[in-house]
Amino acid sequence: MKLLYFAWLRTRIGCGEEEIDVPAEVATVADLLRWLEGRGDGYAAALARPDLVRVAVNQEFASAETPVTAGDEVALFPPVTGG
Amino acid sequence: MASRVQEEDFDVGAEIGALTRGRTEIGGVAVFIGVVRDFIEDGTEKAPAEIRGMTLEHYPGMTEKMLSRIEEEANSRWPLLGSLIVHRVGRLDPGDNIVLVVCAAAHREDALQACSFLIDWLKTKAPFWKSEQTAQGEKWVKAKESDDALAARWEEG
Repeated sequence: MKLLYFAWLRTRIGCGEEEIDVPAEVATVADLLRWLEGRGDGYAAALARPDLVRVAVNQEFASAETPVTAGDEVALFPPVTGG
Repeated sequence: MASRVQEEDFDVGAEIGALTRGRTEIGGVAVFIGVVRDFIEDGTEKAPAEIRGMTLEHYPGMTEKMLSRIEEEANSRWPLLGSLIVHRVGRLDPGDNIVLVVCAAAHREDALQACSFLIDWLKTKAPFWKSEQTAQGEKWVKAKESDDALAARWEEG
């Protein structure tokens, strides 16, 4: 799975992009966030405020129930602030 | 219909000219230009903090997709004769242009409403993030609820 992190999620996690093998039991966005939180302090800090984390799966906004699979591109980012 | 993401500045006059040249059926052109402000108000009585610059980050691929989709939505809601979104990324100084939205229509109300819609939806749906440089250091801009409320005005149903 290709994971992308933007804005303060990127700075807290310490990288903008990584390729990760996620365990088979990670079936949804919610599963993925829970699993990522356990990967280290940076991840835990980045994901500490779930209300401020938005997720896109294959470049489409996703919800906690959205399914994820090994070949997906999943991006984590804060609420957008462009314009 | 066109949307672009770029580091370079844009020339507002040239962009409007390219959209409207020879198009004598156009009766009105509405334009929004977002510019880097040099202060932040934090909603308290405190003096506004000074902003020395800003860096804009985006999600290449998804940004372009969302901009096209928002623009298609505007074109489906109003009878536009032309539309354009240009959004800058990278390092910007106070006074620099950030975003340009142009809508042309036969009548002003369609152009004005579509332009307002486009910037409201862009601000809440396109994956851009601003980080501001102040005397206190660099800070990621927080999303505003007032922007969500402005975007929600245009939701259907």
